[in-house]
Amino acid sequence: MHITKDLVAASATPLVLGILADGESYGYAILKQVNELSGGNLEWTDGLLYPLLHRLERVGHVKSAWETPSGGRRRKYYRITDQGRAELTEQRRQWSAVVDALRGVWNTTQSIKPITPPAWEAG
Amino acid sequence: MTVESDNDLEGQIAEWRAYTRRRRELHHTDAEELEDHLRSRIHELTEAGLHADEAFLIAVKRMGSLDELSREFAREHSERLWKQLVLPAEPDASATARSRRELTVMVACAVVAALAIKVPSWFGLDMSDDHAGFYARNISLFALPPLAAYFAWQRRVGFRVVEELALLFVVGAVAANAYPLTNDSQSSVLTAIHLPLALWLVVGVAYVGGDWRSDRRRMDFIRFTGEWLIYFALIGMGGGVLTAFTAGTFNAIGVDAAGFIQSWLLPCGAMAAVIVSAWLVEAKQSVIENMAPVLTRVFTPLFAATLLAFLVAIIWTNNGIDVERDALILFDLLLVVVLGLLLYAISARNLTARPGLFDRLQLALVVTALIIDILILVAITGRITEWGFTANKTAALGENVILLTNLAWSAWLLLGFVRGRMPFGRLENWQTRYIFVYAVWAWTVVFVFPPVFDFA
Repeated sequence: MHITKDLVAASATPLVLGILADGESYGYAILKQVNELSGGNLEWTDGLLYPLLHRLERVGHVKSAWETPSGGRRRKYYRITDQGRAELTEQRRQWSAVVDALRGVWNTTQSIKPITPPAWEAG
Repeated sequence: MTVESDNDLEGQIAEWRAYTRRRRELHHTDAEELEDHLRSRIHELTEAGLHADEAFLIAVKRMGSLDELSREFAREHSERLWKQLVLPAEPDASATARSRRELTVMVACAVVAALAIKVPSWFGLDMSDDHAGFYARNISLFALPPLAAYFAWQRRVGFRVVEELALLFVVGAVAANAYPLTNDSQSSVLTAIHLPLALWLVVGVAYVGGDWRSDRRRMDFIRFTGEWLIYFALIGMGGGVLTAFTAGTFNAIGVDAAGFIQSWLLPCGAMAAVIVSAWLVEAKQSVIENMAPVLTRVFTPLFAATLLAFLVAIIWTNNGIDVERDALILFDLLLVVVLGLLLYAISARNLTARPGLFDRLQLALVVTALIIDILILVAITGRITEWGFTANKTAALGENVILLTNLAWSAWLLLGFVRGRMPFGRLENWQTRYIFVYAVWAWTVVFVFPPVFDFA
């Protein structure tokens, strides 16, 4: 299944913040987790995660630090801040409103039918 | 994974890293972060059974194109598109330490220069009108030796060169003070103008690290001089604002700051600015586009048009040139400007590029200036014999001849180049060699003129 670019972009921030809320992590691990959570449906271009992380850092939602495990290469870890948690709560509130509204729409239309052209257009 | 494929992989990653290095939007640490990602991805794929080179290809593909990445990074870090002067920018420690040390030495030299101009006042030579001549003649001896010292330190020149530099400055100090010159004598004014020029070229010896025989290094010094002038002017403007605020704010609370401004802020600030500008040029050398060639591009057509209009006006009105005595100095300055436009166009030019419209424009500019100057010279030499040769007039005439010779031969070389008969490099060589003529002339005016003209 292909998910459109706009939806991917809109969901990126809450996803990353949500993953970081569980504990500090680094780019590649975050991406893998997104992949697992979405069952492989959310496909990001790997590199584009980093400008997003940098933006979140600039506005103060996350903090970063370079850490060097013994005998390993150094790696940049990201940690959520209190401000980031507040932002996550806010995003969650907004998203559940959107999801509720969508659920309402799906229920009233019952099932999605293929769209047939209206009669006046066909005639 | 075999050792060989491991090496291959390292080679491929190194190549990829080299590509990211070329992107201004991607900083060193970003590239490192992306590389860590790339390695994690490759590791996972090889664990799953892929060959190293296949894993590399997939990992790079998933990373996204560098164009797209750079664009996203640029959007997030737009400040990176504006090159900034960050002092210890280099990530490695030794370079940072070096640039810190440079900053310290620069500040020390600037302080020495700023204090040097106050030293004479401790011996009773205060900055009043009585000693105006003394300060005018010696002005270059306060800031330029510290500047030369800074470059000597920075270029790590040998002891021989340091000796030579010291000797030349001592000679300059003797020239400025040994002759019995009164404050308002022409010789005093001439020394005040020519000694800075002579000593600036001595600074040039320090700038090129003693290697003054090299054409390329002398050209570097010409480039440096142009940028230095621009930074000095900019700092001067900032200094003007500072001075105005100092005077204004202290006035507002009833304290008169004029004395402080005249005897401390202006002289010490100007001397320190000489060093700071030089340091800025060096620090910004590879960070920012050189300004002098840009200004040259803008003003060459404008000057060419103005001079052409002036030439047409002379011919049209046909009323001969009724020049004042001071006109010669004005036209000397005009030739200096034309020479400057020529020099800084040369300094930025790709020597192997083919002749273009700009070169023709430049030829037109130089030829017009030459014709105008010759007309003026013809009109004025008759009168000079009438007025007699004073120190001022001889100096002005000598300078005119020197500049005229330079421009005439430059025009010839430029013509040869435009017609495709001569390489452009000859013009550059001509200009860098001609520096010696300026040096000889400046020292002559400083040393020979006063006795010849009876210290008048």
